Amino acid sequence: MIQLRVLVSLKTSVFDPQGRTTLAALHGLGYKAATDLRQGKSFLLSFDGLTEEEARRQAEEMAAKVLSNPVIESFKIERVA
Amino acid sequence: MKVGVVVFPGSNCDQDTKRAFGEVLGQDARFLWHKDPDLHCADAIVIPGGFSYGDYLRTGAIARFSPVMNSVKAFAQRGGPVLGICNGFQILQEAGMLDGAMLRNRNVKFLSQKVHIRVEATNTVATYGLKAGDVVGLPIAHGDGNLYLDDGSLARLEAEGRVVFRYCDVAGQVSDEANVNGSRNSIAGICNQRRNVVALMPHPERASEAILGSDQGRKILEAFVSSRPE
Repeated sequence: MIQLRVLVSLKTSVFDPQGRTTLAALHGLGYKAATDLRQGKSFLLSFDGLTEEEARRQAEEMAAKVLSNPVIESFKIERVA
Repeated sequence: MKVGVVVFPGSNCDQDTKRAFGEVLGQDARFLWHKDPDLHCADAIVIPGGFSYGDYLRTGAIARFSPVMNSVKAFAQRGGPVLGICNGFQILQEAGMLDGAMLRNRNVKFLSQKVHIRVEATNTVATYGLKAGDVVGLPIAHGDGNLYLDDGSLARLEAEGRVVFRYCDVAGQVSDEANVNGSRNSIAGICNQRRNVVALMPHPERASEAILGSDQGRKILEAFVSSRPE
């Protein structure tokens, strides 16, 4: 089995209202050293019977087509298992 | 005119929208189930508001893959009029039929309130016959209505006169305060290049009869069923 994690996050040029609000809450709790917080999404994909190369190719396609919106988001893929 | 109102699992303004076009405006309004690619000879298509697929993944992200959407795309490519309201706007963006994407509202709150929008472009299927500068009071109800466009797309949209509505105050003044969700350039509605696909975040169908508290939205719906700018 191959497990790949797709991490989707807002592009750095895009304002992240949720991240900003959460950061403000953390500052309120005293975590003043945190200077930025960006929220994202993580998808754990499992594949059976594929080579790593083919699994990555498919994950790449899914991430570009469905899991992320290229207008506002970018993604990266990492192997978990 | 036959008006097809697309219904996805999670659409919740479908009944209101059908009523506004049917009972109120006297058109032949009917539902189009999202799994059926047949548009049943509709002359105009409306993608209503709601929470299609529970807003899972992203607003509109899953609805865009429904079988009916390929037909709606082809219909729009032939010049057919398409109107998206609220979640319908988000679905049309995800489908690549309109520019930009919606971010969470600037204040991270779900906003359910009355707003005012100003008509900016009148040569579209939803504003033909209206006057530029007209102010329309309409309700909004959304958590993700903060329109994002990158600088290049925003400049192009403005240059091509494809901003159809902007949030404003009751007097028609655009201001940061009136821009309730933080949309770029206070944009509340846009259209495609051919001007036959229009979408807005506010709900004209919820202000289409006096008994609802306002019938100011009616003129937008009327324009949509009466116009053929091509």
